[in-house]
Amino acid sequence: MSILQVKDLQVEFVVDKKKVRPIENISFEMNAGEVLGMVGETGSGKSLTAHAIMGLSSLVGGTIGGSITFQGRDLLLLSEKEMRSVRGSQIAFIPQNPMTSLDPVYRVGDQIVEGLCKQVKIGKRQAKQQVIELMGKLHIPKPEQVFQQYPHQLSGGLKQRIVIAMGLCANPSILIADEPTTALDVTVQAQIMLLFKEMTSTRNIGLFLITHDLGVIAQVCDKVAVMYAGTMVEFGEIREVFNTPRHPYTKALLQCIPHIGMEKGSLAAIFGNVPSVDTYPSGCRYHPRCSLRDSLCEQSVPMLLQIEGDSRVACHHYLGKED
Amino acid sequence: MWIYILRRTLLLIPLFFIISVVVFSLIHLVPGDPIDSLLGPGSTSADKVELVKAHGLDKPLTIQYFVWLKNFVTGDMGQSIIEKQPVADMIFYNMPFTVRLGLASLFISFFLGILLGIISAAAKNTFIDYISMIIALLGVTVPAFWLGLILMLIFSVMLGWFPVSGSGSLETLVLPAITVGMGGAGLIARITRVSMLEMFNKEFVLLLYAKGLSKPAIIIKHVFRNALMPVITIFGLRLGWILGGAVTIEIVFSRPGIGNMLLSALYRRDYPVVQASLIFLTMAVIIGAFIADIMYSYADPRVRDVYK
Amino acid sequence: MTEYKHKPPWVVVLQRFSGNKMGVIGTILIACLVIVALFAPLLEPYSYTEQNIAIANEPPSLNHIMGTDDFGRDLLSRTIRGARISFVVGVLSVLISVVIGLVIGAIAGFYGGVIDLVLTTIADLTWSMPAILIALLLVAIIGAGLESVVIAIGLSYWAQYARLVRGQILSLKSAVFIEATKSMGASDYVILFKHLLPNSLSPVIVAATIGIGNAIVLEATLGFLGMGAQPPTPSWGAMMSNGTAYLFISPWMIIFPGLAMMITVLGFNLFGDALIDIMDVKNKESN
Repeated sequence: MSILQVKDLQVEFVVDKKKVRPIENISFEMNAGEVLGMVGETGSGKSLTAHAIMGLSSLVGGTIGGSITFQGRDLLLLSEKEMRSVRGSQIAFIPQNPMTSLDPVYRVGDQIVEGLCKQVKIGKRQAKQQVIELMGKLHIPKPEQVFQQYPHQLSGGLKQRIVIAMGLCANPSILIADEPTTALDVTVQAQIMLLFKEMTSTRNIGLFLITHDLGVIAQVCDKVAVMYAGTMVEFGEIREVFNTPRHPYTKALLQCIPHIGMEKGSLAAIFGNVPSVDTYPSGCRYHPRCSLRDSLCEQSVPMLLQIEGDSRVACHHYLGKED
Repeated sequence: MWIYILRRTLLLIPLFFIISVVVFSLIHLVPGDPIDSLLGPGSTSADKVELVKAHGLDKPLTIQYFVWLKNFVTGDMGQSIIEKQPVADMIFYNMPFTVRLGLASLFISFFLGILLGIISAAAKNTFIDYISMIIALLGVTVPAFWLGLILMLIFSVMLGWFPVSGSGSLETLVLPAITVGMGGAGLIARITRVSMLEMFNKEFVLLLYAKGLSKPAIIIKHVFRNALMPVITIFGLRLGWILGGAVTIEIVFSRPGIGNMLLSALYRRDYPVVQASLIFLTMAVIIGAFIADIMYSYADPRVRDVYK
Repeated sequence: MTEYKHKPPWVVVLQRFSGNKMGVIGTILIACLVIVALFAPLLEPYSYTEQNIAIANEPPSLNHIMGTDDFGRDLLSRTIRGARISFVVGVLSVLISVVIGLVIGAIAGFYGGVIDLVLTTIADLTWSMPAILIALLLVAIIGAGLESVVIAIGLSYWAQYARLVRGQILSLKSAVFIEATKSMGASDYVILFKHLLPNSLSPVIVAATIGIGNAIVLEATLGFLGMGAQPPTPSWGAMMSNGTAYLFISPWMIIFPGLAMMITVLGFNLFGDALIDIMDVKNKESN
């Protein structure tokens, strides 16, 4: 059953007296126990979407538009105080870089307990016990000892687990993980991903996984949302999107993945560059790089249309035809 | 950690020797000698030769230095040529005044500096920000003696709130301490402001919000603690400046102290007094920096491991 | 396709600087100082040495906007002339400090090892000593007077520049472009002068701006202690020192030079602070 519905989400900033919309036209749903992946290149707006859901965009001066419905309430209509009670306890966030996400002057265990005590009405001693238990479940060796360590004394993988523990300790309904393994090496990455899958199914959490790594998406996700230049271009079940991509960008992305058995030659790439926020093209933001472009694409922004169940695509040229 | 402290303490010994040699050489480079101050009108050159010999000033400099050194390490700081008192007595008499002034000024400069820095950072780029920064800069843009004199003019003469000079009571401490303190407040305010502002860009702050903590809690418990690091680093260094400031301010407010003593001794080339005071001041600065180092490693866990 | 419009770096810096209100104010103040210093003889209403005992110690009036001193000299004229002296003292002494600091810092940073250790210890000791004490001793040795003051101040403040330069060189030494230059066969001197030093200059320039302010203030303090410019030279420090005796009689003798100094040094500090802000933004943006 659906726990999060995002509709027409957008974030607006005023930069140098001009209004810019780094993300707009984002719509999707997420169900409990489901892993939703959001994939896109750096700068495509994935983190911004996560921040918007958490209500953190205003921290950096952005205004959020659209609606984010969580457990029947529109998060954007909540006061800051009400939003604070949602953050951490019901929607938890795992930031990108574990190296710099922990306060260097406090012990890691205390930092987890700090969050827990704020999110749930619980005493410090009990919180400490719960946290140590949770750390054990996350396969952190000798949790009582690690609890007393400072961030700089821990490896990247351990730090990431600590940050995950911070996210999970209050048993949230939704966990947003922003590129949780980008800063770690591949072996650790695999472990963390397995951990996520484990946690999601045992606790029936909705996991919102942000990454630029298609491989990770393929491993772990049930649904995927493809982002380009701040807009969502495609959304759907993982198998469908991977086997029958509908948006030209998705198709091009999948073609870029090198695979065993391919012919020797140059690797495929997408011609052109990702536009920056202040130079977004008119109309469809992908059109300068798209082989299917025409005057319509230059002029009007394609809506994110729902087709066949949960799937969505934002392209003028999608007419049910598969290339 | 303790090994580090031991090592640093042992380093102080060779440092002391080097400083004593440097100070000794510099003092004797200053033209003139104390004997001229002692001679009354009508003295003959024979009188001078006698006096010079009596004070051991006719011997070669290296011998003079070792004589001094031998006495110093056995606890005898020598005799003031001008005042005819043991130097040790003079220093121990004057030291408490300077220490009191120093501590009070240190406190004021940190208190004022951090306060202004936080206000500036919280109200960034607004009118309040500019005003606090200018107040903080006051101590740096004018000489301390001028500030002292103006404060004296306003608060002692015109308003009569504080005494013009003297020592021994809290009231006599206020104006001098504020004068010296303001000199340090500027730098501290600047560092605090920059540090606080940088904090908001730090990634761990984002996570703190995501955990559901409120802004005041985040600022007080996390941002503040981290932002203070750079401020603590300069704590020990400020000691040097305070002592330097004390020199002029003791004169302005006619307060007894090492500064006042040093200056009159310097004018009259009273070698033993100058030697002892300069060494005292220098070592105080170095030890202050050392203590600050330890304080800093206590505050920042990352640094502790470096010292192990 | 959109094109990127490239602006030359100095234009970017200028643009950002003009957006920084404090920096603009600082620049205006410095400009005022330079103008007053340059055109002092034209701006002075009276000769700055002209004595007139009859009107000594007069409070500010229409004839003498800042009043007169104990010799009946017009304070406004003397303050204006003092701007010239303070400016020269500030710039010259900072120049001396910077040159010494650059050389020592560069050698220490570049050659490392024992040389570095020795030089750094000396620099640290000098830096933690209050400049006033160092300058005092030096002036006592060299003898009082404006020239000695300039030299003494220059010798008191070099350590911070040495540290800055050393730090920059240490971090740049291992930069990739230096390795590349070395592998092309460039000699030590070329690397040092053509590459390392120019790239180390920006923090030094910022520190120097603020340093000019500090030097001006230190000159005044030395003057107060009797070591500075000799009469009738109207350095602000000498004027303030002279006026101390008349604090309760004719305080304007002290107040006005002090205010003039405050405005001037404030200008340098604001300017320097603005530079720091800009360089910070540059660093952050390049991340």
